[in-house]
Amino acid sequence: MKMTENATVGEKRSGRNEKRSKEPLLHITKRTDIPLSRAIIIRAVAVVSALVFGGIVTIFLTGDNPISIYVTIFEGAFGNSTRIWFTFQQIAILLCISLAVTPAFKMRFWNIGAEGQVLIGCLATAMCMFLLGDIMPTWLLILTMTVASIAAGIIWGVIPAVFKANWGTNETLFTLMMNYVAIQLIECFLKIADKSGSNTVGPDKLNNGWLPNLFGQQYLLNIVIVAVLTAVMYIYLKYTKQGYEISVVGESVNTAKYIGINVKKVIIRTMALSGAVCGLAGLLLVGGTSHSIDSNLADNRGFTAIMVSWLAKFNPIMMIFTTFLIVFLERGADEISSKFGLNSSFSDILTGIILFFIIGSEFFVQYQVHVNKNHRIFAKTRKER
Amino acid sequence: MQDGYALELKHVSKNFGNVAANHDVSLNVRHGEILALLGENGSGKTTLMNMIAGIYYPDAGEIYINGERVMITSPKDAFYYGIGMVHQHFKLVDVFTATENIVLGIDNGEKFSLKSSAGKIREISSRYGFEIDPEKKIYNMSVSEKQTVEIVKVLYRGANLLILDEPTAVLTPQETRKLFEVLRKMRDDGKSIIIITHKMHEVLTISDRVAIMRKGEYIDTVETSGADEELLTEMMVGKKVSLNIDHPEPHDIRERLVVRNLSMTDGEGVRVLEDISFSVFGGEILGIAGIAGSGQRELLEAIAGLRRLDGGDIFYFDPKSGEKEDLRNKTPLQIREMGVRLSFVPEDRLGMGLAGNMDIVDNMMLRSYRKGRTLFVNRKNPHKLADKIVSELEVVTPNVNTPVRRLSGGNVQKVLVGREISSSPTVLMAAYPVRGLDINSSYTIYRLLNEQKSNGVAVIFVGEDLDVLLELCDRILVISSGKVSGILDARNTTKEEIGRMMTKTGGVDEND
Repeated sequence: MKMTENATVGEKRSGRNEKRSKEPLLHITKRTDIPLSRAIIIRAVAVVSALVFGGIVTIFLTGDNPISIYVTIFEGAFGNSTRIWFTFQQIAILLCISLAVTPAFKMRFWNIGAEGQVLIGCLATAMCMFLLGDIMPTWLLILTMTVASIAAGIIWGVIPAVFKANWGTNETLFTLMMNYVAIQLIECFLKIADKSGSNTVGPDKLNNGWLPNLFGQQYLLNIVIVAVLTAVMYIYLKYTKQGYEISVVGESVNTAKYIGINVKKVIIRTMALSGAVCGLAGLLLVGGTSHSIDSNLADNRGFTAIMVSWLAKFNPIMMIFTTFLIVFLERGADEISSKFGLNSSFSDILTGIILFFIIGSEFFVQYQVHVNKNHRIFAKTRKER
Repeated sequence: MQDGYALELKHVSKNFGNVAANHDVSLNVRHGEILALLGENGSGKTTLMNMIAGIYYPDAGEIYINGERVMITSPKDAFYYGIGMVHQHFKLVDVFTATENIVLGIDNGEKFSLKSSAGKIREISSRYGFEIDPEKKIYNMSVSEKQTVEIVKVLYRGANLLILDEPTAVLTPQETRKLFEVLRKMRDDGKSIIIITHKMHEVLTISDRVAIMRKGEYIDTVETSGADEELLTEMMVGKKVSLNIDHPEPHDIRERLVVRNLSMTDGEGVRVLEDISFSVFGGEILGIAGIAGSGQRELLEAIAGLRRLDGGDIFYFDPKSGEKEDLRNKTPLQIREMGVRLSFVPEDRLGMGLAGNMDIVDNMMLRSYRKGRTLFVNRKNPHKLADKIVSELEVVTPNVNTPVRRLSGGNVQKVLVGREISSSPTVLMAAYPVRGLDINSSYTIYRLLNEQKSNGVAVIFVGEDLDVLLELCDRILVISSGKVSGILDARNTTKEEIGRMMTKTGGVDEND
């Protein structure tokens, strides 16, 4: 594809018989090839510029020392072993949801319903813990929770897929609306399970069915499960026939039909997989981490995951890095807002600046900008005919 | 009389990324002449014209109009200098009339009146001999009528230099002749015309001079009167090319595929195929001729199992067992599982035949990835096949792991045709397989089709160039508005006869 554009920078003054016009100042072309070293340099420059620019904004807005702010960001994420474990737990959950949305997006199915699919997994887990916690042995309870959460995620993922496959409904709207249904179901559960009217059902009521600690670490099991899942998803997408079918459908539905792929089947199967992994994330959240449930438990990670997945270009291994970056920034931002007594919006500003630079650097990795040196100006005259 | 050339380009260059689409091009157009711009696909003709029409801006070089240095940074600038371009793909609003389309976007400060505009359009039409109904809606028009509207549109805006990008690609021979008459009248009126085409005989018929481009560079301009087909081809390709297509008599032909009374409607309920009947024999090439969009695509897709029929039958005769199989309303997978080796090179190569962002190896797997019982794909054999096709068909690519989207049109087609032939088909259908290909690639494709024919394959070839159809095919099925208007013996017919049948509206004309 020819992707060259001429950005016309310059103004035109038009008169009846005379116009002035400038040559375009900037000329943007798509790179065909870029050495890895150069790509790394561009990205490194982006990170450094983000820190410098963020520092200037910090001084300007708060008067605090930007270096101590950055140190605090780092300490917020890695200050002590509790924080390190918590950071890695957060990475695991976000990575899990990112892995979940990846097959769907690779198929160009715009699933923005991961939030709801995770929440419904949370709800299924919490309901098992709440209703069956006292009557089942722990191992059976955990098994039931696992099955229930995954099944719930599958149902939430497959409903929009069936409608899309059979009647061509818009999956973006459909999956989005399914989120609200999941939120309302949780609200309903909260009202029934906790008559006191609090907005959360906590560990006191969900006191059975906690996922076991590994080597005395509460979060280690979650991390191990997601690490295995990352490897499995990488292999699934790259080396299996089903993964290949997903890529073909994502590339072109017509090509898929032409070679005899049952497109409906692939859409439904892939969304079932997406939903299942989201449901699993719900299990890890409730059974492995919080042991409580409220309607904000997924914390928008269903949407953040979409960004993670695209930034990593759907490569599960790359997603480890993108998740790391985003969780690190979030954790650090939380820390500075409490330590420096800054408004939480300020940490959002810093996170925004850093993401803007990093995502923006991809433009310079893919395109080259030339400046037109002899930026000539012409008088245009029209000869009367 | 104005000074200098109508248009002069000096040292114009344009790069896309690392690719030089035009390098140091200098050429000129006189007042009142028809200049043919000749070059293979990808030689930079359209890029060059787009710079004159204000769509691209040159990286380097100068443009002069009537001897005066100009800057063209937008299509508006181009109109300002009296330059009008008729693009290959029409840019018309379907639900508007001819007049409405022609005046659309004109803002000259005058009071707007459709009536006076229609009058002016009639005046332009009678001056140059156009046949145009200003009140007719675009969606009721044939392709050639739409083209007329496009040409009148630029004349209406006062264009003195017209650029026509492959205007004859969509026309029948009769319509082409009519277009040429109009162009000659415009030339005699003092207008300058640049016509882009790669049909050699048209260049020789219509132009006064021919400018030749090759791989983004300007080669030369020659007087048409002193040129012939061999000379021009040699200048265009850069070496001598034999322009003969093998045309062996078919032998030992046996009925392979029979289509009977096939009818089909599209998604909107419009009838696209009606009562189509024909047979294809193993060992022959059946050509399908027709104006673009007459149902060729739908017909092939129906046979391939990609569309549901309303009525009719498709039967396949197995060459070994002689058994008769019913292909009607079978999916492509079912057809394959029945053991029917049907290969199909669709018109939309990257949108249907291949997956553009996948590499050559993964594209080889498209047909065969299901093989074996494991969950995993095996890339070993596809890799071998990719290597084989790249070397045997001389595919120009950095390696077999390059996404096919990055290849040029001809190489994309070689990958697709190579894959389809590799499964040793018994029926091979190819829709416009040489569209957009350079001469060498086109002849490679003709050779491959002929090879399949001599292997006893039943080949169906949908083409647009009637000369090629006549040279390559054994029989030609002419299709017009979704109906068969005749099946001709390619050795005993003429272009004119095919052209006449292409525009025939079938046995019963519904409109009149």
